[in-house]
Amino acid sequence: MKTTNHYISDTVRRLKPSGIRKFFDLAANMDGVISLGVGEPDFVTPWNVREASILSLEQGYTAYTANQGLFELRCEISRYLNKRFQLHYDPEKEILVTVGASQALDIAFRTILNPGDEVLIIEPCFVSYSSLVTLAGGVPISVSTKGDNGFKINPFDIKNYITHKTKAIIICTPSNPTGTVLSKQELIQIANIAEEFDLMVIVDEIYAELTYDEPFTSFPSLSKMRERSILISGFSKGFAMTGWRLGYVVSDHSILQEMLKVHQYTVMCAPTMAQYAALEALKNCMEDVEYMRKSYRRRRNYFVKSLNEVGLICHNPGGAFYAFPSIKHTGMSSEEFAEKLLLQEKVAVVPGNVFGKSGEGYIRCSYASSMEHLQEAIKRIERFLQSI
Amino acid sequence: MMKLTEKETEILEILEKDSRLSAETISKMVDLSVEETESLIKGLEDRRIIVDYTTTIDWKKVDGHEGVTAMIDVKVTPKRGVGFNEIAERIYRFHEVKSVYLMSGAYDLSVIIEGRTMSDIAHFVSEKLSTLDSVISTTTHFILKKYKHDGKIFDQGDEDKRMVVSP
Repeated sequence: MKTTNHYISDTVRRLKPSGIRKFFDLAANMDGVISLGVGEPDFVTPWNVREASILSLEQGYTAYTANQGLFELRCEISRYLNKRFQLHYDPEKEILVTVGASQALDIAFRTILNPGDEVLIIEPCFVSYSSLVTLAGGVPISVSTKGDNGFKINPFDIKNYITHKTKAIIICTPSNPTGTVLSKQELIQIANIAEEFDLMVIVDEIYAELTYDEPFTSFPSLSKMRERSILISGFSKGFAMTGWRLGYVVSDHSILQEMLKVHQYTVMCAPTMAQYAALEALKNCMEDVEYMRKSYRRRRNYFVKSLNEVGLICHNPGGAFYAFPSIKHTGMSSEEFAEKLLLQEKVAVVPGNVFGKSGEGYIRCSYASSMEHLQEAIKRIERFLQSI
Repeated sequence: MMKLTEKETEILEILEKDSRLSAETISKMVDLSVEETESLIKGLEDRRIIVDYTTTIDWKKVDGHEGVTAMIDVKVTPKRGVGFNEIAERIYRFHEVKSVYLMSGAYDLSVIIEGRTMSDIAHFVSEKLSTLDSVISTTTHFILKKYKHDGKIFDQGDEDKRMVVSP
């Protein structure tokens, strides 16, 4: 039989499918599974947001918006970023509404990378960074962080990987999958390196609303960092709006206007009804966001303490809704552990190696689940650990 | 009015949502020892800030327990010295009365009562409530269907619509 393989580009053929897929297939066909594998809030989008979107449809707002997004929404984003994170971005030229933070990442890489440009990626990290860099013609360079260190970035490690081809570094704080939040001091160290080696910094702050201990510092608010930052965020996590696919990217106008070209030729604009929803979210949902934040914080406290008690050592994650405990003492690989835990006790987690080599020996557990489920999951994990 | 600590408020918020959580679980959630948590809960109970632990039940689904609920708007004459309190007390002591609220607006007391049949309620209103000295008038509204009660939606489960595993 004739194959169609030769139709596929070399770049895409070499891309590995996300390792998460395998566990999805395994878990989706089982009954009675408690899933800690879900990378999204367990809250449904607040009703006033859904209602605002329904209203926009009723009123017939079904046409394209400006490429950059509804001006009114950009104004609200500007105001929000200023009030919440002390950032200053001009809604006219420096804010772009995207189809989720994922699309923002894609156009950021495509805008700044020449073929062969290297991007430093701090691992373990979100599954798509490396592939997006590759698709944009760049070369992803992994920089590992260590669990013993709470997955904090060591600035000396970063320097070791910098070459004359290094164009940018991407950081995610709070981090998926580790929940680690970088302190202001740590961000300043990264800023110094960016300055010294003239790097762009792509900052994924999609979980910025979900931090539980220290006040959060947004990277571009640091001195001189505005000009070299591309800040990416969105509504998915903090506002419980994953399915709406609505995010944004902000940057100095000299960069953002270039990104706008990539955006306008690929998606034209983000979905209009989702933009109206986001507008309502920013105007009237800060109390809901606070309510959800408190709820995650309590569950974080319960879950991380309980994991440590049953024998999975876990640093206290300062943000997002993930615990990233070590399973090294079991002698199993992450995949083995996750697969056995699923088959034996029907608890779904994501093996840490999916998020990069340095995630090996860890598993990602999302605590965005009801207390009832979390308590049951802890029981099952304890039983599992005793059985091996 | 009492000023509570942050931890006390947090415990209340947790228990209001799910009163079945154990003190041990709650202690982890609010980052205190089990003993401290138990003593805070006891203190809240003693001050009757925590009034009771109950379960929301949709009796309509249980054969033989259908029952009837009515909300009654009651106009009364307040008494010198005791205001509305005395008459409110006389009303809330009846076991079929589930709630009594003092209201602003067109009437004074809102009384919620439950009975097995409509005639039970008619009997209560005509025999017990209307005959009280201070009561000037009553208007009875029967509840036809409960959609949402104390923040809980009756006919909608908490079905998780998310995929089992996602990045």
